[in-house]
Amino acid sequence: MPHITPSLTSAPTRTGGVVTARGLTKRYGDFTAVDGIDFEVAPGESFGFLGPNGAGKSTTMSMIGGVLTRTGGELNVMGLDPDREGPRVRAHLGVVPQQDNLDEEIKVRDNLYVYGRYFGLKRAYLKPKIDELLDFAQLTDKAGERVDALSGGMKRRLTIARSLVNDPQILLLDEPTTGLDPQARHILWDRLFRLKEQGTTLLVTTHFMDEAEQLCDRLIVVDHGRIMAEGSPSELIRDYSTREVLEVRFGSDANAAAAQTLKGLGERQEILADRILIYAGDGEAALAQVLARGLTPVASLVRRSSLEDVFLHLTGRSLVD
Amino acid sequence: MTDRTPSGTESIGGGATLFDSTLSAHAPEVSAAKATRFGTWYVAEYYLRTMRRYGDVLLADAVGSPLMYILAMGIGLGSLLTGNQTLFDGVPYLVFIAPALLVSSAVQGATSESTFPVMDGFKWHRIYQGPLVTPISPRQIAQGQMLAIVIRLLIQSSLFMVIVALFGAVHLPAGLLAIPIAALAGMAMGLPIMAYSATIREEKGQFSIIMRFIFMPLFLFSGTFYPLTNLPIFLQWIGWISPIWHGTELSRWAMYGHAVGGWQALIHLAVLLVLIAVGFVLTRRHFVSRLGGTK
Ligand SMILES: Nc1ncnc2c1ncn2[C@@H]1O[C@H](COP(=O)(O)OP(=O)(O)OP(=O)(O)O)[C@@H](O)[C@H]1O
Ligand SMILES: [Mg+2]
Repeated sequence: MPHITPSLTSAPTRTGGVVTARGLTKRYGDFTAVDGIDFEVAPGESFGFLGPNGAGKSTTMSMIGGVLTRTGGELNVMGLDPDREGPRVRAHLGVVPQQDNLDEEIKVRDNLYVYGRYFGLKRAYLKPKIDELLDFAQLTDKAGERVDALSGGMKRRLTIARSLVNDPQILLLDEPTTGLDPQARHILWDRLFRLKEQGTTLLVTTHFMDEAEQLCDRLIVVDHGRIMAEGSPSELIRDYSTREVLEVRFGSDANAAAAQTLKGLGERQEILADRILIYAGDGEAALAQVLARGLTPVASLVRRSSLEDVFLHLTGRSLVD
Repeated sequence: MTDRTPSGTESIGGGATLFDSTLSAHAPEVSAAKATRFGTWYVAEYYLRTMRRYGDVLLADAVGSPLMYILAMGIGLGSLLTGNQTLFDGVPYLVFIAPALLVSSAVQGATSESTFPVMDGFKWHRIYQGPLVTPISPRQIAQGQMLAIVIRLLIQSSLFMVIVALFGAVHLPAGLLAIPIAALAGMAMGLPIMAYSATIREEKGQFSIIMRFIFMPLFLFSGTFYPLTNLPIFLQWIGWISPIWHGTELSRWAMYGHAVGGWQALIHLAVLLVLIAVGFVLTRRHFVSRLGGTK
């Protein structure tokens, strides 16, 4: 499928990844937004950047497209250096920015057309393609409306449709489903999965753990511009958490006292302001032990471990707060 | 846990066509090559498309307001004169002011295209962020917007010329040369302003100041309604630095044979070209540095 014409100006230094970063760094003055990260994305892979606000996810995405120049390290996209060959790199990409930047004053259909023109695509291709994309984004009946008449979720879908106009081999999705309702998110995940099945490489940033779990074959957990962990969602959960988690609440006043009594229970604990998380292979058994120690939680819940727990373990902080 | 095909979503919407499609875009290498060669034009195409939406407003503004000046001043004032009496240059007053109104209208159009739309691109609607993630470069984004303004000025000046011709106030075909002259004068004002606009982080009324305290004085003191030499010498310098005056001198020469010596014409042209060159280079530089990126 995607074939690469070797560049004349720079010898392709491909190492098998469509995107490879080594010691990738971005500094703004004294502040280091991306702090020497390494990763490699294989063709057709769906790769995630999971991290809280300010982790450096968007900055990394912008450097991949050559929209932002890096301060240090190496970066290679389809055998090209984005800093030196931005336009050639971006010709391979579809980009969904974190903030929509549609032209609000022109029609939905024209937004797609104009964007397609930036890739030099011809009208004969664009006209039917736009119909397909509108169908994909379920905006067919809005085709003739101005963008400012769309809801937030519709705009997001249009932005995603727009990123596909050039049949990109690599799709960069910066928090693709922020602002979508649950149903729209599920539809989108399904569509993205189908694109992946067709060989599109996906790079997704998110701070939703369920999104990371749904979409990513492999992900890195980033915080303060550094990689905290890397692996598939299930590997990460296996390596950094237990199979189950018991959540118990005692009311905010009693929480600290209860924590004293619960010391040593389970493999690990996280004492949060409003609840205590007890990591254990068997959550029900852990709950029985809580009761055995004479405590009666106001509420309790046993659930499977998620990436949220991984993140909490790695950083001591919650992903979304 | 990772149930990757959420069940029940197929019934919700269509969207299948994209996946059954036989359409395919040209290869990325083709996109990159085409964007490298024609990217400036693709950006201009976008701007012309957006201008077309305001077509009627632009037209009213570009042609309607000078038309009012023509009627009020050219014909109204002109009627004060009797017989073969003329005010300046030995031509009817309408013939005298038509070239100045043509140039002023182009300069005004260029000024407004170089202010708010730039802010819209960088900040308000972040329009520039769209092409920025395609094979288009920041430099082409700047050039494309400038090119679109040139095209707009050529179109609006042509329409204006039609009206002037209907009043019989221009010598044809030599007068047609005033169309590119007006566009040059417009860009000589527009590009330096655009370079400035590209440095503004927050619009706190700078643009209306430009209109009131730069455009308006230049319009009034550029020999528009009477020769510059009618002003006291301490006001004439305004004309000397004004693209409107330099453009007007040249367009008067083209439209009715106003006496401009060869070296004078060269100076007028040189002033316009220098302003354009400086504006062009600075605008491009500011776009590239502000839009980050590589080129
Ligand atoms: N132009 C800039 N100048 C200075 N600092 C910046 C600039 N852009 C980003 N930063 C800083 O870099 C850090 C990383 O920002 P980035 O947008 O990449 O985070 P993110 O992971 O995408 O966060 P979010 O989830 O909120 O989108 C932040 O601390 C941000 O304040
Ligand atoms: Mg971000």
